Amino acid sequence: MKMHPLKLDDRDRALVALIQKGLPLVPRPYAELGRRIGMAEDEVMQRMDKLRLSGAIKRFGVIVRHRELGYRANAMVVWDVPEAEIAELGNCLARYPFITLCYRRPRRLPHWPYNLFTMIHGQSRAAVCGKLAQVIGECGLDDIPHEILFSRRRFKQCGARYCTAGETVEPARTHEEATA
Amino acid sequence: MTAAMQELSALDRSIINRLQDGIPVCAAPYAELAAELGTDETTLLQRLRALKGAGYLSRIGPMYNVERMGGAFTLAALRVPEARFDEVAGIVNAFPEVAHNYRRDHAFNMWFVVAVADAEAMDSVLSRIKAATGLEVYNFPKQEEFYLRLKFDV
Repeated sequence: MKMHPLKLDDRDRALVALIQKGLPLVPRPYAELGRRIGMAEDEVMQRMDKLRLSGAIKRFGVIVRHRELGYRANAMVVWDVPEAEIAELGNCLARYPFITLCYRRPRRLPHWPYNLFTMIHGQSRAAVCGKLAQVIGECGLDDIPHEILFSRRRFKQCGARYCTAGETVEPARTHEEATA
Repeated sequence: MTAAMQELSALDRSIINRLQDGIPVCAAPYAELAAELGTDETTLLQRLRALKGAGYLSRIGPMYNVERMGGAFTLAALRVPEARFDEVAGIVNAFPEVAHNYRRDHAFNMWFVVAVADAEAMDSVLSRIKAATGLEVYNFPKQEEFYLRLKFDV
């Protein structure tokens, strides 16, 4: 699955850094972006197309804040799954709409025995626990050791150079808040 | 649906849902989206500003595939002694490579994402966090993806 990195030139990089801050809310936003970095509107659009079609940008759209939308409880639920069962359980968990992320990651023994990570979002901790009970029953996870790690505080959200799809948890911002 | 979502108008909800799927790359993308949503460009821009002002939207922006651009990201965790928590949070958050940082209820109580533009820099960033905090940094890179949701319906 690993693809060769895309070759970006300096003008691509300038655009990548600029759009990270957001598409301007004006009628000709790509022209406005170009004005800020000395690039014609056509060139901005061509480079944006290249970044999207090549997969460097997975999605270019509005990013919601799920916390503000009422999904205040965010839990990382981690599972210690036998290697032979991980694909089956991972695929079962991935089917639920309230599970926003489901990844296999390494154990770090002796302190951390868990190798399957899921994120569950809900309106309250009780709601998250109810959803967890549902998947434990429906996916047959009674014998799979797990822990639930609620988030207590978000210290930093997307201050880095790249907001990455995929490590966090803001559902969709899922990705910013998310959790990684 | 949450109470916050119920307060949104049908138009606001359709804007949020549609614009999460993506913004077209064309000279007047908002006019094109407005036509699709049955409204006009001025109204759409005004609603987007309002939704952003109210905190429901952070911005219109990209989700990068960092690996495709030669970079890398990972999830990392620390086991921070309670008395040092705020101090360590300050140290970790000062790293520009740290994208998100959450406090969680567990012995592994600090969880953050590290994103680097050059994949080869990852080990060095994690080592510097270890050196700066004096704490073991546990690295949890993604090994297999079963699911990742990119959209959040309202």
